[in-house]
Amino acid sequence: MREGALRRLQRRPEVWLLAVIVLVGAILGVAAPGFLTLANIVDLLETYSVQAIMAMGLFVVLVSGGIDISFAATASVAQYVAVLLATRAGLAGPLAIGVGLLIGIGLGCLNAALIHFVRITSIIATIAMMSVTFSLLMYFSGGRSLYDLPEWWTDRVVFWQTESPNGDLTRITLPIVAMLVAALVTWLFMTRTPIGRQLYAMGGNPEAARRIGANIGMLQFVAYGYLGFMAAVGGLLQAHRVGESVPNAMYNTELSVLSAAVLGGASLSGGIGSVPGVLLGIVLLAMLQNGLNLLGVSSYFFQIVIGLTILISTSITVLSARKRRRHRNPSEPLGTPTLGATTQEPARV
Amino acid sequence: MTDPVPFLRLTGIGKRFGGVQALQNIDWDVRPGEVHCLVGENGCGKSTLIKTVAGVHPPTVGTIEIDGRPVLPLTPSRARALGIQVIFQDLSLFPNLTVAENVAIEGHLGHPERPVSYARLRGLAAAPLRPPDFTLDPEATVADLSVSERQIVAICRGLAAEARLIFMDEPTASLTRAEVNRLLAIVARLKADGIAVVFVSHRLDEVVEIAERVTVMRDGQKVGTWPVAAVDQRRIGNLMTGLDIEHAVVARDMSAAAPLLEVRSLGREGEYADVSFTLRRGEVLGITGLLGAGRTELALSLFGMARPERGTIALEGKLLDLRSNRDAVDAGIAYVSEDRLGLGVILKQSIADNIILAELQNLRGPLGLIPNGRRKALAAEWVKRLAIKISGLDKPVGTLSGGNQQRVVLAKWLAARPKVLILDSPTVGVDIKNKKGIYDVVAELANAGVGIIVISDEVLEIFATCDRVLHMRGGRILEETVPGILSEHQLEERIYA
Amino acid sequence: MSDVGSSATNTSLNSLMTRLRAGAPGGFPGLLALLLLLVTGFSVAVPGFASVGTLQSFMQQLPLLGLLSLAMVVPLITGGLNLAIIATTNQCVLLMVFVMRTLLPADPGGGTVLGVVLVAMLAGAALCLVVGLVTGALVAYTGVHPILVTLGTKSLIDGISIFLTRGQAQSGLPAEFARAGNAALFGVPVGFLVLIACGLLVGIVLRRTPFGISCTMIGSNVEATRYSAIDTRRVLVGVYTMSSLMCFVAALVSLAIFNSASADYAQSYLLVTILAAVLGGVDPFGGFGKVSGLMIALAILQVISSGFNQFGLSPYLTAAIWGLVLIAVMTVQTIRPHLGSLRRAR
Repeated sequence: MREGALRRLQRRPEVWLLAVIVLVGAILGVAAPGFLTLANIVDLLETYSVQAIMAMGLFVVLVSGGIDISFAATASVAQYVAVLLATRAGLAGPLAIGVGLLIGIGLGCLNAALIHFVRITSIIATIAMMSVTFSLLMYFSGGRSLYDLPEWWTDRVVFWQTESPNGDLTRITLPIVAMLVAALVTWLFMTRTPIGRQLYAMGGNPEAARRIGANIGMLQFVAYGYLGFMAAVGGLLQAHRVGESVPNAMYNTELSVLSAAVLGGASLSGGIGSVPGVLLGIVLLAMLQNGLNLLGVSSYFFQIVIGLTILISTSITVLSARKRRRHRNPSEPLGTPTLGATTQEPARV
Repeated sequence: MTDPVPFLRLTGIGKRFGGVQALQNIDWDVRPGEVHCLVGENGCGKSTLIKTVAGVHPPTVGTIEIDGRPVLPLTPSRARALGIQVIFQDLSLFPNLTVAENVAIEGHLGHPERPVSYARLRGLAAAPLRPPDFTLDPEATVADLSVSERQIVAICRGLAAEARLIFMDEPTASLTRAEVNRLLAIVARLKADGIAVVFVSHRLDEVVEIAERVTVMRDGQKVGTWPVAAVDQRRIGNLMTGLDIEHAVVARDMSAAAPLLEVRSLGREGEYADVSFTLRRGEVLGITGLLGAGRTELALSLFGMARPERGTIALEGKLLDLRSNRDAVDAGIAYVSEDRLGLGVILKQSIADNIILAELQNLRGPLGLIPNGRRKALAAEWVKRLAIKISGLDKPVGTLSGGNQQRVVLAKWLAARPKVLILDSPTVGVDIKNKKGIYDVVAELANAGVGIIVISDEVLEIFATCDRVLHMRGGRILEETVPGILSEHQLEERIYA
Repeated sequence: MSDVGSSATNTSLNSLMTRLRAGAPGGFPGLLALLLLLVTGFSVAVPGFASVGTLQSFMQQLPLLGLLSLAMVVPLITGGLNLAIIATTNQCVLLMVFVMRTLLPADPGGGTVLGVVLVAMLAGAALCLVVGLVTGALVAYTGVHPILVTLGTKSLIDGISIFLTRGQAQSGLPAEFARAGNAALFGVPVGFLVLIACGLLVGIVLRRTPFGISCTMIGSNVEATRYSAIDTRRVLVGVYTMSSLMCFVAALVSLAIFNSASADYAQSYLLVTILAAVLGGVDPFGGFGKVSGLMIALAILQVISSGFNQFGLSPYLTAAIWGLVLIAVMTVQTIRPHLGSLRRAR
């Protein structure tokens, strides 16, 4: 039994990811002296907090068996509208934030509706939604950035700080805390609530989930709505961090968030993945980008790293799954629906 | 009559899928604590009937009563709440979750606000997962289990959900005899607890020992319900197929014909081993055995889709080295899969394109293009020769009946003019009339000199088509026999021994 | 029960539905009617829309999008997707510009220019061939969904392009090239002729060759196609190679239009190619689609765009409307059978 537990641990992608992170950290620590300092690490955490929060939402959608490309556009829209309301209409803080979050949830639910009711494949539905929301944002904003954010929005919120002997200030700020809260909430949601477990079940075998009576439609709305919410939180925090709202600032972050989640072990075919894994995925990508920067390698190189990450990690996942399948039982009709299921299945209604 | 009040009663149940009448006017009941066998050939509507009772497919007409109260409309969760559990043939497990969570999965439904307690989950799972009946690591991931272990998980899930009626769809198809005995012991325990069990099968198998009644279905209709003691295997077989076995034996002595396909000590790790046989010109050779006996794997190797690791295949005296099924087809070997809907026809595409699919390369005209005329002519020729009933060559295959779909598959392969034709369970989901039609096609082809291999676990089918039978078990050929010398009952007993 | 009566109504309703289906968006006559309607509408509403100038600009703007759509439609028919078409096109353009700039002497003669251009084209074609073969091999042999594979290759190709160019646009082409690219034959721009030729080619390949028929069969059921003795892996490699070679042609047109190269040209066209395909009746789940439908859908989108443009609307609004059209078309396609069953139930 102990041996089984050890083997199980070995198979978890998080363990391997952690090993890679330690290795990369050690190498970068030696090669780039500024890397392994508290200030740099905390700075790194803050830079990637927004992406990490959005990754939490995306992780939920991935577990449910879907995919979403539109969340960065959702975040931009939620952010811009909230900032607009706060600056131009003078809306009170909580109200502006509330509207921003509602916009995120609403756009997420719209995705869910397109996927569940209209039955558009999630990738096409969300690409279309991304195009519509982002284009409308650019049209109505005219591409203009908003700089005059109210003070309550841009004021640093420091939870803890320390000064190193050489005067470097290290501060644990709101984005970092928000990221940790988002991770904790997502972890609790996915491991400790019946809905979260149903999302795992649906991602693992949608037909079986339907048969045991899970409400597939509700689950879709929860997953995409949750991602919309997290995207909006990320968008609002982004404005807090940089003190301005640029309509296309977050455009194109979807791919790096997606690759972080995939790298962290979230399966694109659904049902598999964990919050610590996704966080580690973000950490690894952040370390690579920051480390390459410190080493003087062009930041343009980063997108190549992302592309390779997606290609290699997905290929390995699929190939190793296939290998394991062959080792198990050759005569077993895994993956192909059994005859009974296909014969009696009516056209999807 | 002293019939107890039935737990479940169906009256006049009918179900249509588009143009297909899957169920018709079914009256049926299950008593509390009863063990009931629901038998019928594949595609006779058993699975649809279960799904109707389980709330997956609402019936088009008719009523369903539980404990004497009408319960329609049924949803999956309502059916479960009423105590109806189905163990589907595909088991409907969640491969990404642990054994414990799969068993206790229904604990996640109904109380969205209650936090998940893994201790409670394990507790729920521990009750049915009790040794010595079931010994499984509750923390193992289902994706890593074997088929029979998964089946245990599925049964435990039904038990954990406090079922009052459990449907088991083909539960013994992939179990060893020891595992079947264990299953029977569990069923006895369930019966003692007042839980009804309905075994759904395409044959009357081991479970008949502990069953009280048997219901036979055919072509979406109920043929009848009898006490098990009142019918024997032979009668059930007749009722299921509607075939008259007295006239079914067709075996001819073909030992004088020229050898066509010679297979020598063929083997492939984990699938089959040491397989040798000779198929003669114009001969119909049957291969039978349990699911997982290696029949389909052997066929796939002969069809070039899985390279054998040992042994040789020779066609007309020439050794074959099959690297792909294209090689096999070019050599003259064709294979009709048992999974007609998944691997045979392409439902959404046209009848014409389905028929010409294996012959695309040979249809090319000038510039490598396929002339429309030739395409239509080839399809039309085979539609005519196999008497396929269609309303137009451009209609999707999905609009045809099961029998006509199977004829389209046959047409596809016959268009490639094979010397050897392998038919894997060729009449699954085909009604009686078309079944006979397909047997006639087999006989006609054999007369024309084609060597035919019929793979089937339906002994009646073997008897109705074959000159000789190979019996496979555990990847090896156990024995060779001739239909008629052995009775169909004797063969059946040997297969399921 | 009135079973007989209802089945008779069913049949007549079914045939009605089939006829309706042919006339609705997705059906060829419906698309043509929509195109005519739009052209008439814009001609009435926008002064100066119905002019030779509009037609000229229409024929100049359509080729790039059209060729990219052709590159998208072949994988779509097999039930896949190629998200890397624009990245491939841009990298191909960059490579060709790089070759031309490197090899061209300061004051070249006509023969030298022609030679250099040919070398550049060969290099571009080779690049696209390699990209296509690698993408196809990844899709066919790993079994990873094409969306993911091409998401990866897109990111990788874009990354390499951006890394090598530092995100800068590259220019400095022989003037002859631009002149040839923007030439016209009887008033029809060369680019438009190239599009027509490629459309015919892809259309014939899809409808009349074993490869094309295999593509549609794979789109409906890969496994059943494989069991029909068709080497589905080789077909898939061919599909992505063909898609990539269309990107090469698109790259030539792009070079002629922009006269320069950059990693982020035409990125917004990615969605539009999917939109055009779906609007043109290509089943996004694979198995069905005609080049003729795609061409009409492209014309519709271009007319909407030109009309709005002359109307003075922002290109962003056009992009949003295109996205909405895609969602609307798919909604109509999903709802239509339900409408039919509702009507039948009554």
